[in-house]
Amino acid sequence: MKYLSEYRNLEATKKYLDLIEKTATQTWNIMEICGGQTHGLVKNGIINLLPENVRMIHGPGCPVCVTPLNLIDKAIELLENRVIVCSFGDMVRVPGSKKSLLEAKANGGDLRILYSPLEAVNIAKQNPDKEVVFFAVGFETTAPANALSILHAQKEQVTNYSILVSHVLVPPAMEGILDDELSTIDAFLGAGHVCAIMGMEEYYPLVEKYKIPIVITGFEPLDLVQGIYMALLQLEKGEFKLENQYSRVVKEEGNVEAKSMMASVFEIADREWRGIGTIPNSGYRLKKEFLAYDAETKFQISSITTPENSACIAGQILKGIKKPHQCEQFGKACTPANPMGAPMVSSEGACAAYYHFSNNLIPS
Amino acid sequence: MGRKDIGYETINLGHGSGGLMTRDLLDQIIFETFSNPYLDQKHDGSIIKVDGELAISTDSFVVSPIFFKGGNIGELAVNGTVNDVAMCGADPKFLSLAFVVEEGLPMDDFVKIVESIKKTADTAGVQIITGDTKVVERGKGDKIFINTTGFGKVHPKAHISVGKIKAGDKIIISGPVAQHGMAIMSQRDGLEFESTILSDTTNLNFLVNDLLDAFGDQIHLFRDPTRGGLASVLSEIANDTTMGVSIKETEIPLDDQVAAACEILGLDPLFVANEGIFVTIVAAAIAEDVLALMKNHEKSPRAACIGEFTNEHPKKVVMHSIIGGKRMVTPLLGEQLPRIC
Repeated sequence: MKYLSEYRNLEATKKYLDLIEKTATQTWNIMEICGGQTHGLVKNGIINLLPENVRMIHGPGCPVCVTPLNLIDKAIELLENRVIVCSFGDMVRVPGSKKSLLEAKANGGDLRILYSPLEAVNIAKQNPDKEVVFFAVGFETTAPANALSILHAQKEQVTNYSILVSHVLVPPAMEGILDDELSTIDAFLGAGHVCAIMGMEEYYPLVEKYKIPIVITGFEPLDLVQGIYMALLQLEKGEFKLENQYSRVVKEEGNVEAKSMMASVFEIADREWRGIGTIPNSGYRLKKEFLAYDAETKFQISSITTPENSACIAGQILKGIKKPHQCEQFGKACTPANPMGAPMVSSEGACAAYYHFSNNLIPS
Repeated sequence: MGRKDIGYETINLGHGSGGLMTRDLLDQIIFETFSNPYLDQKHDGSIIKVDGELAISTDSFVVSPIFFKGGNIGELAVNGTVNDVAMCGADPKFLSLAFVVEEGLPMDDFVKIVESIKKTADTAGVQIITGDTKVVERGKGDKIFINTTGFGKVHPKAHISVGKIKAGDKIIISGPVAQHGMAIMSQRDGLEFESTILSDTTNLNFLVNDLLDAFGDQIHLFRDPTRGGLASVLSEIANDTTMGVSIKETEIPLDDQVAAACEILGLDPLFVANEGIFVTIVAAAIAEDVLALMKNHEKSPRAACIGEFTNEHPKKVVMHSIIGGKRMVTPLLGEQLPRIC
């Protein structure tokens, strides 16, 4: 597969691993922001190929993991009230306070697993006597398609379609992590696909304010080791710059069309992050003129609140303060078959990634 | 075989009533298609002579869509059970065949499936010797469900058992992974995408027989990685032994197009279902000869040795990744769900 196999090349990856080994003279904590990067690091066994003093901290960039419990309960409430709920795949197994969407489906709910919200608009057109809700979770990567679905529904005069918005943004989360006094992060691997949409502009102020290297990085093994090496070079030289390892996909200005579509439908709002709490200006909500497409408003479900499981340390995991296997519940009370918190559910979640791919292979 | 017409456009509840409509359906479609000395008795069951050890395996088929690229539910119902009997080291000769049909299934579809079952059974050298047809109300089934049970005599030289696996045994796979699952996925509602990926459904009994003829009890295990894929099967086998399994990602045969479809949909090919391949665990001394035989066989030209059993990491499957890292391979939990991004 062109554009993939080149980035899974053994020799090239080894070369960077050697450079990393030679470059790191002290312990550095590097956080990869995106769940896709965590997945790539663990799936390819990169974590145990890195020298001990280069520590990867897994960030909060798994949309499934940071979606608060109450939104899952809201989606289940809709499903149990004869609404057709459409969702991305790995959201459906995340437990709400009582059950998951998948369990609500087994009880008779009409749940559809989709790859695109536009498909949900089609389902709404085909079922004019039913309400159809798309569970719009995700970072800046999924927001453009969700915005497009609203514009599409409006254009086609589809009135039985709405979205349950749970959109979060990467830069405010990075600030939240750096502002935490327990944080030990020395550098970031920026989320490649988020930057493919948003461009690089938002990250220059972060580099300046926190004097921290950020390397926008891709997802394949070679991308990851190259990104880590670029971050190390800066750290060892005492520099802090924004660099772009993923230049074959990420452009300085991002995807201008997608950004303008998002700006027309969404506005910045405070958002609750699972395990972290509310971060100011850290997500999107629908603009006033699109409230007819807002499921929380339409079905009056915004009053549902759900507390988190107190034994779950998802917040510390997502901030990189603790690693999954340092949690007392990890692999015992909390497993992918019986997850206590979301990072154990999604395949992008740090806990599930550790459980599935590393188990006894991880360095302690 | 010409198209059969019994005067109904769809299957309805009457076809499962046990009355004249059932008789018409059986006589004109089932008995005519599958005619053989056992079935022609039209008895409640069939009597077969048994000599030596008999392997029996049963399976139900509920795939959706019922027609897919590279096959249909009827072909699966024959090949799936034929292969399960073969995995026991036996030579399948007889099948039972039971339908649960949802009312409203187009008669043409039913006939197409029956004819496909006949053709597939002939290819695999098995006879349908007993069966059943039930019709359920609309909404109480999903077009058609099929159950088949297969019977076959165990090969005289076969001794297939997890207990025979030793450290150093080689793991050989008969062909590329994930074809069937991705062929089905490409035609699911809501996920449709253009591809030429075909299901790999096929009968493996003759290949198994040839291997047992040539290598006998040096072949320690056969297992077909159907639902749950290669990862689940290897995890199960490892867990049933006191040894670990070590496999190499670079050695696992995988078509480019299938790999690309898995990438796009966020699925791991190791967890995707297969229908026409098997894994065999063989003594290290014969591994190269087994591989040579398989590569020359029409059912397994892309056979590959993907790893071995080891005394390290007992009961665990460890995969050496393309870039030289290691990862644990765990069994599939529930259904594989596509990742968000």
